[in-house]
Amino acid sequence: MLFVIAFSANAQHEEAHVEETKLSTQDTEKLERKEYIKHHLLDSYSFNLFSYEKDNGETAHVGFPLPIILIDGGLQVFSSSKFHHGETVAENNGNFYKLDHNKIYKTDAAGTIEYDEHHHATNEKPLDFSFTKGAFMILLTCILMFWLFTSLAKSYVKNGGISKGFGRLFEPIVLYIRDDIAIPNIGEKKYKKYMPYLLTIFFFIWFLNMFGLTPFGVNVTGNIAVTVALALLTFLITNFTGTKDYWKHIFDPLGDTLPWFGKIPLYIILIPIELLGIVIKPFSLLIRLYANMQAGHIVLGSLIGLMFFFKSWLGSPMSFGLAFAISLIEVLVALLQAYIFTMLSALYFGFASEEHEHHEESPAH
Amino acid sequence: MEKLLNEFSLGLFFWQSVLFICLLLLLRKFAWKPILNAVNEREEGIKDALASAEAARKEMQNLNADNERILKEARAQRDSLLKEAREMKENIISEAKGEAQAQANKVVEQAQATIQAEKQAAITDLKNQVAELSVGIAEKVVRGELADKNKQIKLVEELLKEVTIS
Amino acid sequence: MEIPVMVGAGLVVIGVGIGIGRIGGSAMDAIARQPEAYGKIQTAMLIAAALIEGIGFAALFAV
Repeated sequence: MLFVIAFSANAQHEEAHVEETKLSTQDTEKLERKEYIKHHLLDSYSFNLFSYEKDNGETAHVGFPLPIILIDGGLQVFSSSKFHHGETVAENNGNFYKLDHNKIYKTDAAGTIEYDEHHHATNEKPLDFSFTKGAFMILLTCILMFWLFTSLAKSYVKNGGISKGFGRLFEPIVLYIRDDIAIPNIGEKKYKKYMPYLLTIFFFIWFLNMFGLTPFGVNVTGNIAVTVALALLTFLITNFTGTKDYWKHIFDPLGDTLPWFGKIPLYIILIPIELLGIVIKPFSLLIRLYANMQAGHIVLGSLIGLMFFFKSWLGSPMSFGLAFAISLIEVLVALLQAYIFTMLSALYFGFASEEHEHHEESPAH
Repeated sequence: MEKLLNEFSLGLFFWQSVLFICLLLLLRKFAWKPILNAVNEREEGIKDALASAEAARKEMQNLNADNERILKEARAQRDSLLKEAREMKENIISEAKGEAQAQANKVVEQAQATIQAEKQAAITDLKNQVAELSVGIAEKVVRGELADKNKQIKLVEELLKEVTIS
Repeated sequence: MEIPVMVGAGLVVIGVGIGIGRIGGSAMDAIARQPEAYGKIQTAMLIAAALIEGIGFAALFAV
């Protein structure tokens, strides 16, 4: 999967060069598919279920628009249907906006977008707080989770301590997170404080990963903004609940084993490394989740694309079988990534909330 | 890196943070606390039930042991009672025997004494009668003998002879 | 993108692959030797693998 990312990153850059040259029909088809997969990986301003070509050659999109919220000299709110899937200029309160490469740019009435030599638009970008497809899916997941787990909580009260209904399926997972993730990593004493976060983040990531495998094509956990937000929360919780020992471990890792003048040259190197470690831990979390989900979607998209590329009796079934197998693996990956994110978060919380009693016992440590 | 930064969208970041924190707070209040509490309570309940079952089992064992002890005691008591009764019976019997023996001995002794006395009396009586009879006979014999003068003289002579000899 | 950078990223990925493979293999050995310590070994394995994986990602996204 790592390899595929490298491949796709490479492919993307090539594309820019190729676009200007003349293309054969097969190449255009290839490019279209690449563009389609890439588009699928990105967030979108409208919820597109599917698109098809009408008899008259127009492309029809089935789906529904989502609100665009911009801060550009005041709040600008309008429906994404005004963009007509990037084909037209949207006008709101006398301002004109146009979509280019899935980003909103401020333009004039004609919708001209100027590019620099790297093929990047140079138009002004308004602050974009649009309620995109990803945000919509997040909201949907939130509502689903809230309904699911409050009904589970209520069923305990109703049935005298025994869960009932659909939420019951998740009770073993809740127990697993408590007994096999939280308690071993954080410790019997302090795990309770972190349980709500661990449970929420596990189910949130898992559900969004699973939604990513549906044909609706939402790639929320494979979006860097989402994983940054999740990892940032882990980072904040880790450092705000850090005990004295945790900070001491960062700023004075050697403790009393060395006199202060001996520490100075060492600490010039050690403390920056420790501080870097604080940032690298959540960074690896966010990159891991992003890369795994992104890679899964690229592989699946590519394999499905291969089906149409081969158009032969052998190639298409083969790529179908491959896509099917990869889908099964992706179901596993969806669970595994949620597990690893939760597990590592719990581990970091464990580091932060640890009380080092054993330091006194073994000063050599 | 450039690709990542290019892909980063502040809007989605904002929505994700807001929605996720709302979800976290709501779920913490309305779902996780009740669920974890219910699960904890249930586990505590199971633990309690197990402990109380264990306690009941122990109590049962104690009770059984108690019963056993009481039974043993009762048995011992019964045995001792029986033993005592037997002893008492034997005592009574032996006592009764002794008394009877003594009584019998006494009766026999008395009877013997009476018999002795009677015998003595009878003997004395017999002696007296014999003496009287012999005296009477002797009188008669003497009267008959002494009716003849020759015979009297002869007797006197004989007697005198006897006397001289002795 | 220049070819040397990509070759470097590829080398890093090879290294990461070898590293994770070794961790997985050693964990298997350890589990075979001590099946009762399965949980602890798995946790330690995942943590180590995750840390190495981080280097791989860093290399890929540095490209």
